[in-house]
Amino acid sequence: MDFERTFDIGTDLVSDLDFARVRQWKDQHPGGAVIGYFPVYAPAEIIHAAGMLPVALSGGGDRLDIQHADARFGSFICSIIKTTLEMGLREHLTVFDGVLFSSICDSARNLCFVMKRNFPALYTDFLHLPHNPSSAASIDFLASEYRRLIQELERMGGRPVTAEALNESILLYNRNRQLTRDLYRFRCQNPHLLRAWESYVLVRAGNVIPVEEHNQLLQDALAQLPSRSGRPRDSIRIVAEGAFCEQPPLDLIKLVEDVGCYVVDDDFAIGRSWFVEDVPTEDDPIHALAESYVNRAVYSSVRHDFRAPRWEGLATKVKQARADAVLFLIAKFCEPAYFDYVLFKKKLDEIGVPHLLLEFEEKQFTFDRVRTEVETFVESLVFD
Amino acid sequence: MADVRHTEYRGNIHQLQKELMQKWYERLNQAAETGTPHTASLMISGNCVELLEAFGVVPIYPEVNALQLAIRHQSLDPILAAEEIGYAADNCAYVKADIGCYLKGITPTGGKLPKPSLVLCNFVGCNTYVKWFEHTAVLTGSRLYVLDVPFLRLDEPSRDDIDYVVRQLKELVTILENITGKKFDYDRFVQAVRCSAQVEELWSQIKHLARRSPSPFDAYFDAITLMGPLYVYRATPEGLNFFRAALDEMQAKVAAGQGVFDQEKFRLVIEGPPPYPFFRTFRDMFAKWKACTVASTYSTVGGLWEFGARHDPDHPFESVAMHMLAQNVTNRNFLQRYEQIGRYVKDWNADGLIIHFVKSCRLFSAGQGDMRDYATRTLGIPTLYIESDLEDPRYFAEAQTRNRIDAFFEALEHSKMTATAV
Repeated sequence: MDFERTFDIGTDLVSDLDFARVRQWKDQHPGGAVIGYFPVYAPAEIIHAAGMLPVALSGGGDRLDIQHADARFGSFICSIIKTTLEMGLREHLTVFDGVLFSSICDSARNLCFVMKRNFPALYTDFLHLPHNPSSAASIDFLASEYRRLIQELERMGGRPVTAEALNESILLYNRNRQLTRDLYRFRCQNPHLLRAWESYVLVRAGNVIPVEEHNQLLQDALAQLPSRSGRPRDSIRIVAEGAFCEQPPLDLIKLVEDVGCYVVDDDFAIGRSWFVEDVPTEDDPIHALAESYVNRAVYSSVRHDFRAPRWEGLATKVKQARADAVLFLIAKFCEPAYFDYVLFKKKLDEIGVPHLLLEFEEKQFTFDRVRTEVETFVESLVFD
Repeated sequence: MADVRHTEYRGNIHQLQKELMQKWYERLNQAAETGTPHTASLMISGNCVELLEAFGVVPIYPEVNALQLAIRHQSLDPILAAEEIGYAADNCAYVKADIGCYLKGITPTGGKLPKPSLVLCNFVGCNTYVKWFEHTAVLTGSRLYVLDVPFLRLDEPSRDDIDYVVRQLKELVTILENITGKKFDYDRFVQAVRCSAQVEELWSQIKHLARRSPSPFDAYFDAITLMGPLYVYRATPEGLNFFRAALDEMQAKVAAGQGVFDQEKFRLVIEGPPPYPFFRTFRDMFAKWKACTVASTYSTVGGLWEFGARHDPDHPFESVAMHMLAQNVTNRNFLQRYEQIGRYVKDWNADGLIIHFVKSCRLFSAGQGDMRDYATRTLGIPTLYIESDLEDPRYFAEAQTRNRIDAFFEALEHSKMTATAV
């Protein structure tokens, strides 16, 4: 297959609201269960070790008309909440046997229980992720929460999650995260050879295909990418920050680069790379996963670690990516991102890094205003 | 057509409440000027004020400060000040008002507020709390401790949940010992917990009086008056005296057959916080129809005690943990709130449910359309859904809100009349 086709396949996977590849997996695995999860900080390793397919729910993109969910969630609530519910109400989620949510924000938390009421046949659960990493009790608590999840999955008919099975899954996902980091590193060093949208669809494809296949896909891509041809452009190097949960339209990511930016790092689909280092494989892998959430999870606006402030994380990211500026891409009504913007902005102002804030919605078709804003921003940097 | 009327129940407790809250602000002013007593910022929901009381640490409740500003029509200036430094139109306006006050040096009373000795984020359900207190700690330079309380995702807290919170409470004891220089006084802690249990019993009895018809008080608007002392003084003898006086006053009203109105026409359950910048206006919209609130979810933010839960002096740490985990509406899951409303409708004999969506608070409001669906279809209770905000005056559309409330009561009156005729 022509390597360039990979990006088309990725784009198709990202925009498929009927989860054809997930249905295909289910056909190939009679009796196999599919567990969807809200896209940030979900222990996919545990689901995988139970012999189930973990699938990240990433909203409805720009292809879903909201007919029912607006009435359930009202105004001032972000789009991914509504499109996730809408997908359920419009029977796009029938392939799923369960859905997992966690304590990332208040809207997602309430969505969990609205889903539970509206889809009683679906296993719906909520994981509480600790917000006090400085407490020695946090790791024990999260380990107990993961054990509870394992019991639920086993009750659903999942295979017993042995230490051996879980360690195997951890190794697969460690590999996946390493390949993702490699891809980001390649893009950061060669943004003329791999555009942000291309990298995005490659990574996000992992939301809906088995990790084994995704590892292969990333490995093949990494092998092919250096031989791509491309001429460096005179572009501003930027870090995109703020779209860790609801995802910006693909056309918006393309536009940002079209008007003169290299997106050299971002937090798109951050759930695919949520540990910054490998999770250790040890006798008690549940403890290893819990300890990794507390001690080696990537920063984001929905994870609170007062030992390592998020704004310092952003400053480090900017430095490491040798970025000229930060583009805040924040989903409309995403309160965690709005809050962090204040402290991020303060930090960037202190270290003299220019920044621009753009709001987006999943379902956005006109980008004229955004284009003008980004163009003006780029010009202001180029002619500064 | 109903009469246009303004109403409020003004008993001794309203004056007593005012005096108590004033005294609290005086202590905070004293702390700001002299450095004593020590203070800790904390959140109302699922607060662990008993532990602070054991050290003589005075709580600062930024939410109370924010609502005081709003009710006095002073919230917009600080909100705008916060927006100037980058807060978004869609950030919680409580937070913006509080941050804006800090930036502009505004306080609700004009007195001083101290730099807290500890910023204690009791994280119960509301993710905004964590952001808020983190920002407060950054702004003030005060020490931050986040006491993480697992969300009540199952029917009851698990043993692991309780152990996790207790371990953190014990870490907090060490922090408070370091801050105050005092050794933890376990007996004083037990006494504080005992006091809270007694106050909770009194508060619960008061709430159950609203099951009478007519209800002696409005369990939304008047309950808010009682909520200040409940949070600040719950674990103290002053709180106990206040709630004894409150119960006596309510019982006397019941004995005299007095309600909020000369004739109570509608009995309501209200869900969600009030629009504080238009508190009186909003109240009058219901008074016009002689509609009395008999139960409200908002009055259980600090604690849900009308169904029997209490602090337990025999198990002080565990019961404080249980309070934080399970006995406040914000840490309970959305479906448990549906059940709570269902119990109110049935046991408090309500005619209608008002759902007030507040833009600032996604914890309360996200999904309330589904709640309306549940209330209408499953509970079969006439339900009105309205939207505004609890702090930001820019989101209150008075005419529209009034029209919707009038239309709701017209329909309710008609259906009651029809039912009577049948």
